[in-house]
Amino acid sequence: MAEQALSGLKIVEYGNFVSAPYCTKLMADLGAEVIKIEEPGSGDESRRHGPFLNDEPHPEKSGLFLYLNTNKLGITLDVTTKTGQKILKQLLKDADVFVENNPPRQMADLGLDYASLKQINPRLIVTSITPYGQTGPYKDYKGYALNTAGLGGQTMRTGEPQRAPLAPPLSQSHYQSGAMGAAATMSAIFARSSDGEGQHVDISEAEVWATIHLGHGVHLGVFEGRKSIRSGHRTISVYPWCILPCKDGYMCLIAIQGFQWKRFLEAMGTPEWMADQRFRDRIVVALEYADEMDAMVKALIIGKTKDELFEICRRDQITFAPVRGIDEVANDPHFQERGYFVEKDRAKTGALKYPGAPYKLSQSPWQLNRPAPLLGEHNEEIYCGRLGYSREDLVKLRKGGII
Amino acid sequence: MANYPLSGYRVVDFSWVWAGPLLGMILADMGAEVIKVETNKRLDSARLTPGRSTVGPETDFVFHSINRNKLGITVDMSDPRGVALISELIQISDVALDNFSPQGLRKLGLEYEKLSKINPQLVMISLPAAGQYGPLSNIVTYAPSLGALCGYSSLIGYPGERVLGEQTPYLDVTSAIHGAFAVLSALYYRERTGKGQYIDMAQIEVGASVIGEAFMEYFMTGRVLGTMGNRNPTMAPHNNYPCQGEDRWVSIAVDTEEEWHSLCAAMGNPPWVTEKRFSDKFNRQRNIEELDRLVSAWTINLSNYEVMDIMQKAGVAAAPCLDLMERFSDPHYSERGTHLQVEHPATGVDIISGIPFKLSGMPAGVQRHAPLLGEHNDYVFRELLGRTESEIARLIEEKVIF
Repeated sequence: MAEQALSGLKIVEYGNFVSAPYCTKLMADLGAEVIKIEEPGSGDESRRHGPFLNDEPHPEKSGLFLYLNTNKLGITLDVTTKTGQKILKQLLKDADVFVENNPPRQMADLGLDYASLKQINPRLIVTSITPYGQTGPYKDYKGYALNTAGLGGQTMRTGEPQRAPLAPPLSQSHYQSGAMGAAATMSAIFARSSDGEGQHVDISEAEVWATIHLGHGVHLGVFEGRKSIRSGHRTISVYPWCILPCKDGYMCLIAIQGFQWKRFLEAMGTPEWMADQRFRDRIVVALEYADEMDAMVKALIIGKTKDELFEICRRDQITFAPVRGIDEVANDPHFQERGYFVEKDRAKTGALKYPGAPYKLSQSPWQLNRPAPLLGEHNEEIYCGRLGYSREDLVKLRKGGII
Repeated sequence: MANYPLSGYRVVDFSWVWAGPLLGMILADMGAEVIKVETNKRLDSARLTPGRSTVGPETDFVFHSINRNKLGITVDMSDPRGVALISELIQISDVALDNFSPQGLRKLGLEYEKLSKINPQLVMISLPAAGQYGPLSNIVTYAPSLGALCGYSSLIGYPGERVLGEQTPYLDVTSAIHGAFAVLSALYYRERTGKGQYIDMAQIEVGASVIGEAFMEYFMTGRVLGTMGNRNPTMAPHNNYPCQGEDRWVSIAVDTEEEWHSLCAAMGNPPWVTEKRFSDKFNRQRNIEELDRLVSAWTINLSNYEVMDIMQKAGVAAAPCLDLMERFSDPHYSERGTHLQVEHPATGVDIISGIPFKLSGMPAGVQRHAPLLGEHNDYVFRELLGRTESEIARLIEEKVIF
C-alpha cells in the first residue's frame, strides 16, 4: 500500500454514532490505522440507524455506519468488564491516539479517564468529543446533535421568524465536532513530537458552534443588543440573498455587488420595474419590499429550469446557483470528473458508492482501502496477531461475552 | 515557555474574508506564526463590512475575531518587487494558504508549481468553491450558492415544505476545519518524508461530506432526502419547543424508552402520556405533530433554562436554543472561556470567539489581537528577510510595501 499522509499513526476508537467515528474516519482515510471498538452483540448505534440497503434493517447494512467507518479495523470488546478494560489498556499501551465520545462520568467510572490512561502510556493523546466538554456546569448533561446546535447558537439563525427555529440537518453538530477533533488531535501529535508528552484534547460540540462558527457575532449582542435573526428563505441584509422557486425546483439568488444584480435582470430581459426608484437601494429593498420583489423575481424565473438559469448565470458570471437535490449532486459531472464518489465492494452489502474526500493531497492521496468492518471482523487479527492471545483464549472471551 | 503545538511553524496566509482566514486562525490558535498578507491597494473586505466598520479598516470586530493570533504585513503583489518579497518569505515558511479562484494566484505568479520550486517542502492549500479542476471550477459564487450546489441547502426547511436553504457562511467554516486537518496531515507526512505537497480542496465537496449519509441513502434505496425540519427518523420528541418570553425556545430530544418515561415523569405524568397513540416509538413518530403540540403546551409556561434544568435532572437531553446575548452570559460558556474579551488598540476591547478546542497542555486564551494593517512589516521585512531600514523605507515610499 502506498505511503499515506498519516501512515504509521495508531489510533484506537471507542466511539459511537457520528462524532468520534467521523473524527477517526477522516484520519483512517488518510492512512492512520484505526482500531474501532464496538460493543459485543449490538455494535455501534449507527448500525441501527440506517439508511438501510433496500430498506431492510440489518446491522451490517446501515449506510450511516458504512460511511463513517471506512478504512477502519473493527473489534468487539465489552469495556464495562474488568477484563475488557485490561485488554483495552493493553491496546492503548502501544497506541498514539485514543478517540472517544462517551459521557465524562462514565469514562471515569470505568477507570478510563485521561488521568488514568496517562499512567499506562504518557505519550498517549486522548481525544474526547462530548456534547458540552470535559469542564463546566453542563459537562454531565445529556445532549444529542439537536441540543448542542441549540446551545451553540446555530439553531436560532435558521427558520421562519414566527415559527420554531431549525437545527441544521443530519447530526451536523457531530460532523463539525468530529472534524474539529481530527484537527486538534493532529496538533497534539505535533506537540508530542517536541516534548514527548501526550495530552487530553477536549472538544465540546456546543462550543464548536459557539466559537469558530458563531463566536464573532456575540460582540453585537453585548454592545448593540442585537439578536440572532432568522428570516426564512432570505436574509434581511441585502436583496437578493434568497431562495426562490423556478420551474423544476429552487434557485439560490445572491448578489452582494450591484452589478451582479443588474446583469441578472438584464439577462432576464430588463423588466420595467428595474427603473422603479423604490428599488434602487437593495438594503432598503431587503427591509421593506422583499415580498413584493420576491413575487416579481419569481415571475422572471418560474418558467425556466434550474439548468437553463444556471447556464445563463455561468455565461454572464452571475453568482446564482441551482439548489441541487441529493440525486443531482450524486450524478453531477463536476463531482464525477473529480472522482468524488467512489465505488467499493463489501461483504453483506456488495458494491456500493460512497462519498469520498473533500480534499486532494497531491503526494499522499485519500484512499478507500477497505470498507467499514463487519462486527468483530478483526478480532482474531488484533487479539491473536497483535496482543498475543491464543485462539482458545478468544473462545473463552467470546463465551464470557467480553468480545 | 508556553507549549503551543505548532510553535516554530510559519504560515503565509493569502486568504481573504472568511474560509481561508478561519483556517489560518485555527493554525494560529495552535501556535503557528501565521502571517496575513494584505495590501492597502485592495483591503480584505472583512475589514470593511457595511454597517460595522464605520471608522475605517481597524474596527471590525468580526475581522478581529477571525484574525486574532496572526501577524499582518502589507505588500502590493501586483508589483513584481512585492512578489519577490513574498517569494522570499515562502522560502522560509512551512505552509501557504489561499482562497482565491484557481486563476487568482496564477495571475500573480504565486501558484504552487512556482512556489514549490522555491521551497519543495512547502505545504500549500487552496480552498476555492469547487476545486482546481472540473466543469464548475471557474464558477463565481458566495457561500450560499455553494450550500445550494452540494445538496446541503436542499435539506433545510420545515418537514415536507419548501426549501429555505442555508443563508449563513456555514460551508466556509466547515471547510476551514477540514482544511486545517488536511494541512496538519500533510505536515505530518512531510515530517516523515521531507516532501511538501499541494492540497486541492473544494468547498462543495466539504459540503457533500458532512451530509454523507444522505448520499448513502440515495445509493442504497434510491430515495432523495428533502426538507426535514427538526425531525429525526428514530427519535420523538425531537424538536425545538416554545418557552416563556419572546422568541425563546428549548430543544428536547428523546431516543430510548427510558428517556421517554423520564420525560413523562418530568412533565408530571399528564394523562395523555399513557394514551395508545404515544405508546411506543413507532406510534410517537406517527403522531408527532400532536405530540409536539402537547409538549409545547408544557414548555410554554417555563423559561428555556428551567426546562433544561428539569429535563436534565430527569436524564432527558434538553438545552435552550441560545441567542447572542444568552450565549455570552451562559454560565457553562463563561466557565469554559468560550467567549474572550481581548484588548485592541483601535477599539479598546472586543468580544471574540474563544479557542474552538482545548488541549490540556496548551495555555487558554489568545496570544495577540488581530493585526493592524502592516503592523508586522518591520518584523517580517527586517528581521525575517534581512532588509535594512533604508531599503524598507524605499519599498514603502515606492508603495511595494503598501
